[in-house]
Amino acid sequence: MLNRQGRPSQAGESGMNSAKTFTGNRALEQVEPLLFEIGRLETTGVDLDEPQAFTPRLGGLERQDGIGLPGLSEPETMRHFVRLSQKNYAIDTGIFPLGSCTMKHNPRLNEAMARLPGFADIHPLQPQSTVQGALDLIAQLKEWLKELTGMPDVDMTPKAGAHGELSGMMAIKAAIIAKGEAATRTVVLVPESAHGTNPATAALIGFTVKPVPARENGLVHIDDVKALLGPDIAAIMLTNPNTCGLFEKDIVAIADAVHEAGAFFYCDGANFNAIVGKVRPGDLGVDAMHINLHKTFSTPHGGGGPGAGPVVLSARLAAFAPLPLLEKNGNGFALCESEKTAEARGAHPYGRITAFQGQMGMFVRAFSYMLSHGADGMRQASEDAVLNANYIRAGLRDLMSQPFGDKPCMHEALFDDQWLKETGVTTLDFAKAMIDEGFHPMTMYFPLVVHGAMLIEPTESESKASLDLFVAALRDLAMAAKAGDTERFTQAPRLAPRRRLDETLAARKPVLKWVPPVPLSEAAE
Amino acid sequence: MRYLPHSDTERADMLAAIGVGAIDDLFTGVPADKMLKGPVNLPRRKSELEVARILGSLAAKNVPASTVPFFVGAGAYKHHVPATVDHLIQRSEFLTSYTPYQPEIAQGTLQYLFEFQTQVATLTGMDVANASMYDGSTACGEAVLMAHRVTKRNKAILSGGLHPHYAEVVETLSYMANDRVMRLPADVKAAEDIIALIDNETSCVVVQTPDVFGNLRNLRAIADACHAKGALLIAVFTEAVSLGLVTPPGAMGADIVVGEGQSIGNALNFGGPYVGLFATKSQYVRQMPGRLCGETVDAEGRRGFVLTLSTREQHIRRDKATSNICTNSGLCSLAFTAHMTLLGSEGLARLARINHAHAVKLADMLANVKGVEVLNQSFFNEFTLKLGKPAASVVEALAAKKILAGVPVSRLLPGAGLDDLLILASTEVNTDEDRAILVAALKEVL
Repeated sequence: MLNRQGRPSQAGESGMNSAKTFTGNRALEQVEPLLFEIGRLETTGVDLDEPQAFTPRLGGLERQDGIGLPGLSEPETMRHFVRLSQKNYAIDTGIFPLGSCTMKHNPRLNEAMARLPGFADIHPLQPQSTVQGALDLIAQLKEWLKELTGMPDVDMTPKAGAHGELSGMMAIKAAIIAKGEAATRTVVLVPESAHGTNPATAALIGFTVKPVPARENGLVHIDDVKALLGPDIAAIMLTNPNTCGLFEKDIVAIADAVHEAGAFFYCDGANFNAIVGKVRPGDLGVDAMHINLHKTFSTPHGGGGPGAGPVVLSARLAAFAPLPLLEKNGNGFALCESEKTAEARGAHPYGRITAFQGQMGMFVRAFSYMLSHGADGMRQASEDAVLNANYIRAGLRDLMSQPFGDKPCMHEALFDDQWLKETGVTTLDFAKAMIDEGFHPMTMYFPLVVHGAMLIEPTESESKASLDLFVAALRDLAMAAKAGDTERFTQAPRLAPRRRLDETLAARKPVLKWVPPVPLSEAAE
Repeated sequence: MRYLPHSDTERADMLAAIGVGAIDDLFTGVPADKMLKGPVNLPRRKSELEVARILGSLAAKNVPASTVPFFVGAGAYKHHVPATVDHLIQRSEFLTSYTPYQPEIAQGTLQYLFEFQTQVATLTGMDVANASMYDGSTACGEAVLMAHRVTKRNKAILSGGLHPHYAEVVETLSYMANDRVMRLPADVKAAEDIIALIDNETSCVVVQTPDVFGNLRNLRAIADACHAKGALLIAVFTEAVSLGLVTPPGAMGADIVVGEGQSIGNALNFGGPYVGLFATKSQYVRQMPGRLCGETVDAEGRRGFVLTLSTREQHIRRDKATSNICTNSGLCSLAFTAHMTLLGSEGLARLARINHAHAVKLADMLANVKGVEVLNQSFFNEFTLKLGKPAASVVEALAAKKILAGVPVSRLLPGAGLDDLLILASTEVNTDEDRAILVAALKEVL
């Protein structure tokens, strides 16, 4: 996940990649300029007829300059973006073992369902009588999420995991305000191993963040939490299973202690895929937990979004869920979009976190995933995800070091860089060498509490044959590192569309958009 | 289960290789009394055919925009998206990849993000744009937080022409973060005097154009007034196509421009996923939220792209980050960029002219209907009508006649005493026949 600044590999001998061609292309690997370098200002790839003459009513605000964006014809557009696509690694091309990201198979049935006109071609503000099927789907998805988590309510609106965290923490803040404790409960406890979004979220809405130390076994200890609890604590944000790939065994005791201290328990649900159908957050004392539909329920990651982050809420927080609220009455389903109406029904929404009512496109995909799996399939998926992670762990444990000893993990296996000591190879180098072997690297340098962390999450989608090849390749790399073949690592990747990129240069002199090359006449001056 | 590759024999072999006897031996970290004994109380797995039937029947209960005369806008717009766009975003390599953390094998995503940033900055008339936000409303909320960081003040003034959902998002964030916000009452005719309210404590003024009622607003004087008091002007738009025809906010002095990009490349999707556009001036780039893609070179000197300036972000800065945002709206920004590439300046300008022409034609037809008043002096593809009766009941009556006629202001601003106002949008998808049907039906129900 975390991309630690790396040293650019040296130019020079790079094996088969060094063969020169006239075009710069290498067979299937095509050089593709920026669209601004190949597009023309007068070109368009759509056929539109000029409207008949009319008197504009723009109030004198008609654009004075040209827009300045070149266009491409349709075949050129297709080729441009298809060539770009071929420079990407993807789940559909190979194992994508990014820990904490749950890169599982994205079923195409879900894409087809989300594109049904009845879901894709409806407007968020068209009359509710004309979207009853959509509201029904959201209501059913809520019921499934409630059953899977054992929680009494769900806030469906957040647009991503971090947005869900924000919404859940806002509900907690609203509950604290309602209790008249806003002035005193100002601190949120966050373990050092947490995702960066947790402290960022708490800070965004005015909380002070206090870290909870991680113990040598990778777990949060009840005594450490108890020592920090007091009348100033608003909430604890705990990831479970945690970012070390372990289930927090003290979780019930922690929840009890947190509640006893009058605080709330926020659970980061990023790793829910390990436990779906096996154990329910509601049975563990959780007050709020976001669910990354793009992780656990397979909506595509899309190169970094869009996601969706519904938040399940305990009975203590349900009344504070944001607008709009979905309800069922005699006429079917309805959205309650006003605070006044909600208050009249006994709810106290904390406000609104986004326009409209959430990521419908993601809801359809996630519900399609759930229907396909069913209760039995989802339980099996979690078991297979855990099985696969442990199979990789078992396959590598004699060569690579595990920071918390040789014991079972949940759905991701964590190694540190102890075993690379004195090899001259870093975690980053090792990851880049995996690229040459045709794999996407694991999550590197996260969690921060583990030195040179390598977090491997294969998901349930990988076959045994795929895992066997992955393990065999990593064993080969590990032995090469130990044997002193450092070039294979420090020079990696050699075979990717690019060698290592200079991230320092990118940050020091930011070039964030294309600018036309300086005309020759000006350059001469 | 069709998505799970293992046979039971393989599972047993793998457990043996791990050195445990049963799958639950891997769940020993979970308190034993909390483990579920069997599957939860939900239906068992279903085939593709069964799932398609269930979801198909739910979809069939909705009225798609393309099946009726359709005039609904107010923050999301029905446009024609070329078939190429949806094909491209379903390319496996785009659809099933992650945030480009390993740039050597993610140049496809990174290059289109660089192209997207360039398009957004150019279109809005700004120096720099980020790699997108969740949607327009959350981009608006983040813009206000950014203005607070830049000015080291915490009072925002929101125009009464700002989309009410956007205003509520800002109000919620401000309330939670203990910031101040002054929201002006609904300003149907763009008559408010926002300049008079700017003082030395104001961090930003947020103005939408075209505003939620469709009026176009000249931002120049507001920008000057903001700058005289050390405040920033945040310009908002919900209809990106308007930028093909209307002076962009950057040319009117805006410091931050945010907007909804759904109109270009993206379907209505009942409200999401959409794509938030976010652009600003160069000097503020390090206070910007969200992902940024930048140009660099690789070890052999070849041009390449990476995520950059990440020291602003949560995974490095944790509680000191500029935002808690962890992703962008990747695939929706690709849809935007692919559609924008097909359009080019020529296509976008023409599309915008068609939209404006259709709206002008519709406004003139409606102005002749008895009991209807068009309130706008200026507009792009959307305007507000004053009807003689509650707009919500008119919209329901027209929906019963299979016409989706617009958004009653009471839906966005319940209890504001604006129940007889209706916001209508007309885009390139509307035909002369659609307009005639709407006008005839409106005469009947009024």
